[in-house]
Amino acid sequence: MKAAVVLFPGLNRDRDMIAALTKITGETPALVWHKDGDIPNVDLIVIPGGFSYGDYLRAGAIAARSPLMQVIRERAAAGVRVLGVCNGFQILTEAQLLPGVLMRNASLRFVCREVKLEVVNAATDFTRGYTQGQIIRCPVAHHDGNYFADAETLATIEGNGQVAFRYAQGTNPNGAINDIAGILNTKKNVLGLMPHPENLIEAAHGGSDGRALFEALTTLAA
Amino acid sequence: MTFDNHLAITPQLVADHGLKPDEYDKIIQLIGRTPTYTELGIFSAMWNEHCSYKSSKKWLKTLPTTGPRVIQGPGENAGVVDIGDGQALVFKMESHNHPSFIEPYQGAATGVGGILRDVFTMGARPVAAMNALRFGDPSHEKTRHLVSGVVAGVGGYGNSFGVPTVGGEVEFDERYSGNILVNAFAAGLADTDKIFYSKAEGVGQPVVYLGAKTGRDGVGGATMASAEFGDDIEEKRPTVQVGDPFTEKRLLEACLELMQTGAVIAIQDMGAAGLTCSAVEMGAKGDLGIELDLDMVPVREDAMTPYEMMLSESQERMLMVLHPEKEAAARAVFEKWELDFATVGKTTNDLRFRVLWKGETVADLPIKDLGDEAPEYDRPWVAPKVPAPLASDDIPQMDVADALLRLLDSANSSSRRWVYEQYDTLIQGNGLQLPGGDAGVIRVEGHPTKALAFSSDVTPRYCEADAYEGGKQAVAECWRNLTATGAEPIALTDNLNFGNPERPEIMGQFVHAIKGIGEACRALEFPIVSGNVSLYNETNGRGILPTPTIGGVGLIPDASKMARIGFAAPDEAIVLFGAPDWWGTHLGQSIYLRDIFDRRDGTPPKVDLAHEKKVGDLVRILIRDGVATAVHDLSSGGLALGLAEMAMASGIGATVNQLDGGDPIPQFFGEDQGRYLVTMSRDNLERFYEEVYPYAGVFAPWIGVTGGTSLKLGEARPVEITELKTAYESWFPNYMKGEVA
Repeated sequence: MKAAVVLFPGLNRDRDMIAALTKITGETPALVWHKDGDIPNVDLIVIPGGFSYGDYLRAGAIAARSPLMQVIRERAAAGVRVLGVCNGFQILTEAQLLPGVLMRNASLRFVCREVKLEVVNAATDFTRGYTQGQIIRCPVAHHDGNYFADAETLATIEGNGQVAFRYAQGTNPNGAINDIAGILNTKKNVLGLMPHPENLIEAAHGGSDGRALFEALTTLAA
Repeated sequence: MTFDNHLAITPQLVADHGLKPDEYDKIIQLIGRTPTYTELGIFSAMWNEHCSYKSSKKWLKTLPTTGPRVIQGPGENAGVVDIGDGQALVFKMESHNHPSFIEPYQGAATGVGGILRDVFTMGARPVAAMNALRFGDPSHEKTRHLVSGVVAGVGGYGNSFGVPTVGGEVEFDERYSGNILVNAFAAGLADTDKIFYSKAEGVGQPVVYLGAKTGRDGVGGATMASAEFGDDIEEKRPTVQVGDPFTEKRLLEACLELMQTGAVIAIQDMGAAGLTCSAVEMGAKGDLGIELDLDMVPVREDAMTPYEMMLSESQERMLMVLHPEKEAAARAVFEKWELDFATVGKTTNDLRFRVLWKGETVADLPIKDLGDEAPEYDRPWVAPKVPAPLASDDIPQMDVADALLRLLDSANSSSRRWVYEQYDTLIQGNGLQLPGGDAGVIRVEGHPTKALAFSSDVTPRYCEADAYEGGKQAVAECWRNLTATGAEPIALTDNLNFGNPERPEIMGQFVHAIKGIGEACRALEFPIVSGNVSLYNETNGRGILPTPTIGGVGLIPDASKMARIGFAAPDEAIVLFGAPDWWGTHLGQSIYLRDIFDRRDGTPPKVDLAHEKKVGDLVRILIRDGVATAVHDLSSGGLALGLAEMAMASGIGATVNQLDGGDPIPQFFGEDQGRYLVTMSRDNLERFYEEVYPYAGVFAPWIGVTGGTSLKLGEARPVEITELKTAYESWFPNYMKGEVA
């Protein structure tokens, strides 16, 4: 499995993501600087977390308009898996590769803590390492994770199995509608999620519930 | 707007620059003429308390700053210590008190930005941050707003930059109502052979300006920070800088990338007094002159005067001296990160600090004298009066369980979760112990076993009662917190926050605190490698509690042999290491007296440094041998609070004995120093008492057993852990919601 990690200035969980991919897949991902203009042929494109362009204007808004996003849009249309975590998720919604928006947390404060997630759709390339309905631990760290979509969009994504993860057991940290923590596109090859599975992959992290997501991706066919 | 560099220098103008008449006379004597307006600004920037340490230097020199692991002590952007394997830890703590009171979000944010810059200026990638925050009376009208703004500002900057916050302190006392304290700590990792310093070398080398553009923000900030506050405080808002963590993150990556190219001869971040201080320091350290051409400085606003450019404290800027043949490569790195890169001057051999603007020489000063000849004062001081000890028959009584619950639900002993959940504590993926324990611990990425521990400590109420003992205690508690994780404490940074040094009683507190700190550092072999002094923390003549914050670092060779505060298992023995007779009875200056009975009397507990070292060294051995299964240092709130924290962290209860015939209050709430709670299995307990205890020379009574779902202290009623937790987690969120004062 070949992966590429996309780097926009201001992203800061790139090193965490690169470490997780390297430790779990056994291969160092290709690094793509936003001005490179192209992305090598890979099976997985990852947009990691952070504060691209300082979250100025709106979280993810400026990166979403980068020329490199057109390349990602084309690859996604061609079936390449795209994973966006935290700011990566925000960028994917801003680029309209995923439906809905991520508003400021209901508390209006940044929140860093561990939450519980329910695996709502375990039948995707990203989530097949989990069982349907499984409850996992996962940390969050964000200021703008309050997922929102209008009623019609919400009905569609719920009906299509596009909700991948939901905050469980009353741990919704940001006021997201329907407790939505992660969503897929209609083709299920693009996943965006606010929590950070890359920060819970080994004993030193106090648990490894995030590992199965990366392990599932390891066996992606080229 | 016209700029008159030859403005008449009136006594009022001199005073407005924070310079005393005799200091101004010294300037005239040094340069042999009346200074220009820009020169007056430069002198005021270099000679204010914040930059020159003129009141504190004499005493700072007495502190121990060397040791086998010290690579760089005070005097550079940050201190550097050797952590083995060719790696170094670069760290410092610095205050941003005055700006944070005036504009809490930006003041705190730029405090974090400044300390991070100090660390990566030396070539280190920041891996850990802490912050020690002190606010006024919770019921003061401004306190809630200040807490909210400062915490958001610390988080806003650090989270965006991408450094984990691993620990810190938050404390309330009415003495900070007019002067809050924001002390920011940062640490970074570098290779020992790739540390960058500020000493310029070589004549005719390009002086390069990097980072963000220069604006009018922060003009005169360092001078503002060297004066007391009065009622005109709101007018000082324009002297607070505005932070841009996005630029700082790019500056970090660009600097580290640039340092790889071998282009950097010297580097200095532009902090207090911006361009002035950084240029003078680089030149003076290298025995070189510096010539700056202000027409080349990237500016954010039109028509900036040379005076403003020299005194601007715009953030996210650096000054470097580069190898000329590598200038093009260096420029390419900065263009990649879309940061300004401008050659603004050169080094010279005439030892002058010359500033050109529009073809005019607006300043021409002897560069060495700007720093070396800064005034140095031996300010008069009087020994602080130490209060009378608390009489043993003057102990207010209360039910032990009720008192514990009351403290857990109080401003100063409650959980700080509301604060630290606004900080990214997980980023970089190396955190082994997050905020809430004795010390924050991170593993050293790339090393199979090594980890680093961090703790920030001081007990200002002790320092107020006895600055000498309080100074000792701050160092000892930091050393103890690091030791409690199993770490070897290796070095510290100090952030000395005091009132107006021109008052002999405040100067006396400062002197005594330094003496105590120095003695503790020497006894515990715990050198000071960097630091910062913040004086004039007074409003309308009333000073803060003396607050010498100590930020310490420790080294854990094998993180699999690390201790945490949570009880590890039920049915383990609880042993009180370092206990005096009656296990501890010292209630003078305790939080039991202060936070329940509003009494601030008695002497603070004394620190016996030899005892401290002996007990700590024993506890560390037990951790590293795998005998100690959980460890917690005892400090404010004594045995009761320590046991409650261990129970809450694990969900495992405990039953603890009470000594017959004694008053349980001092036993459970006394704050005697040099004590640890340690748990061990029953088997190890037996072996410990047979094989180790007879030779240890440390009193370590077995005081209780872990297990169950409640905490039972002596004869008091058992309290369920759920009830402890409810109390512990209530105060902060309720206070911020406005539900409690």
